Amino acid sequence: MTTATTTATAGARPRAGSGEGRIGLRANLRHIGALARRNMLQIKQDPESMFDAVLMPIIFILLFTYVFGGSIAGKGHEKEYVNYLVPGLMAMMGMNISMAVGTGINDDFKKGVMDRFRTMPIARSSVLVAKIVVEVGRMLIATSILLVMGFAIGLHIETSVLHLLGAVALSMVFGASLMWIFILLGLTLRTAQAVQGVAMLVLMPLQFGSSIFTPTANMPGWLEGFTKYNPLSNLADAARHLINGGPVAHSVWMVLAWSVGITVVTAPLAVTRFRRKT
Amino acid sequence: MTRKDNDRNAVEVRGLVKHFGATKALDGVDLEVREGTVLGVLGPNGAGKTTLVRALSTLIRPDAGTARVAGYDVLTQPRQLRRAIGLTGQYASVDEKLSGYENLYMIGRLLDLSRKDARRRAGEMLERFSLTEAAKRPAGQYSGGMRRRLDLAASMIGHPAVLYLDEPTTGLDPRTRNEVWEEVQRMVTEGATVLLTTQYMEEAEQLAQELTVIDRGRVIAGGRVDELKAKVGGRTLVIRPADPGELSRMVGALAQAGLDGTAGATPDETAGTVSLPLLSDEQLTAVIGMLSARGFGIADIGTHLPSLDEVFLAITGQKASAPADDQAAEQNDALQGAAA
Repeated sequence: MTTATTTATAGARPRAGSGEGRIGLRANLRHIGALARRNMLQIKQDPESMFDAVLMPIIFILLFTYVFGGSIAGKGHEKEYVNYLVPGLMAMMGMNISMAVGTGINDDFKKGVMDRFRTMPIARSSVLVAKIVVEVGRMLIATSILLVMGFAIGLHIETSVLHLLGAVALSMVFGASLMWIFILLGLTLRTAQAVQGVAMLVLMPLQFGSSIFTPTANMPGWLEGFTKYNPLSNLADAARHLINGGPVAHSVWMVLAWSVGITVVTAPLAVTRFRRKT
Repeated sequence: MTRKDNDRNAVEVRGLVKHFGATKALDGVDLEVREGTVLGVLGPNGAGKTTLVRALSTLIRPDAGTARVAGYDVLTQPRQLRRAIGLTGQYASVDEKLSGYENLYMIGRLLDLSRKDARRRAGEMLERFSLTEAAKRPAGQYSGGMRRRLDLAASMIGHPAVLYLDEPTTGLDPRTRNEVWEEVQRMVTEGATVLLTTQYMEEAEQLAQELTVIDRGRVIAGGRVDELKAKVGGRTLVIRPADPGELSRMVGALAQAGLDGTAGATPDETAGTVSLPLLSDEQLTAVIGMLSARGFGIADIGTHLPSLDEVFLAITGQKASAPADDQAAEQNDALQGAAA
């Protein structure tokens, strides 16, 4: 039995890496694929972890449309508010989903499996990239549910399906860049609770001090100034103009600039942090 | 500790130092493991065993000293080194939400096996570690022993040249522990080099040919298991009187008998036995003759070599493990590790 197994496995020896032990692009993609599969299987095993992505868009769109819609757009004009709100919520979904990445990474580190990954001949960034790939998938689900809900209660596209897809893509790009911030937080703070606490502190002012829920014209001047540079406002405005029509160039470029800026600064920090963590 | 020149070392550690703040987790450790053998690293909790394994598996950077594993330097060739090692930690390093099969398949893919090979290898390993029936269940639902076996299987997927087993049976019941031991022995028969840390003397005795005893980050003794024992003392004769009430009378009789070694007779009240140093085979017959002549009934008589517990006590002057305190020390170790 023993000998049989040994001979049978002789052919299954891992392919030798190049002399330097560097990990090639194809191997790297294969590793990211295997790790992303792991993250997806985790969700399958623990369906409750999808609650936020599935329920949040439903609750938020109903709550804001019917509780605040009347006050913001005028009683009986809730339907018009939907077209204002949905693009804003698209921006918000990304932020909320990416927050979960931080607590997830923090939890992961409490388990022995991270030690195994870090003693294997894989690029250490692949563990983080795989996580982001799956979380972007979760964002896509949340956004789809949001849009379906939106159409059900009166959302209508003034431009084209392509513009709509553009808005979705833009919010994915921005959400993915935010994930690096939360990964960095998750790797830096000790407990998942702390990560959540800090994340909320950052999230609340950014979400509400923005054009997500209501136009900024009626805010005091200093706050209006803040919202102008708040990337969430940029993203909400970009998505809004893409769906409802209007000048998109400025806000789209702002969002892309923010995304690139955030990624360039935080991704290397997060990977370094991940590498150094013991 | 130096061996014949033709024996190659799979692991060579020289003057390894690692500080966590003010704590010296490793304080200049030297050791070597010959290819195809098992080295037992023995020490109480907090002695630095886990830090040593983490340094040798590139999880932490040592502050000073050198270490080569399978010919690769831990500091300058970590990527190559990772291809040559397998690690089974104190805490099972498998994903609890994934099934046994999915865990092994994932490891196979991360080790650059093709999909087909990864599937086949996962199946083989599940069978070898008697996990085929549980293959589809999440690892989180496994018993402690099954999880440890899955962990070993995961470590073996890539045919590592050197395998680190960090307290592989801590927290397992005796039956499961035996299963793990059998598996480790089998890996060694198949040519793996193993560095095993343990705080169980019995485990080191069962699995290792050579031992390195560490305490507070330093190597305090090393050598072959029987050499170490010989260093500490000879055989002991242990007698159990048929009537436990006669224990002290028997000790008295022995003390006054004037035979070889009988002056050193000491009772063990809890075990209900008396033990004395055994200096010659003739002494054994003489002592039994003397006791039966005086009418003592003997329930059991035996000789034994000093246990590794006793070895440890003799070397360090302290007991090998005081569980409650040391648990805290180890946790402290881990926390400091995380902070560093």
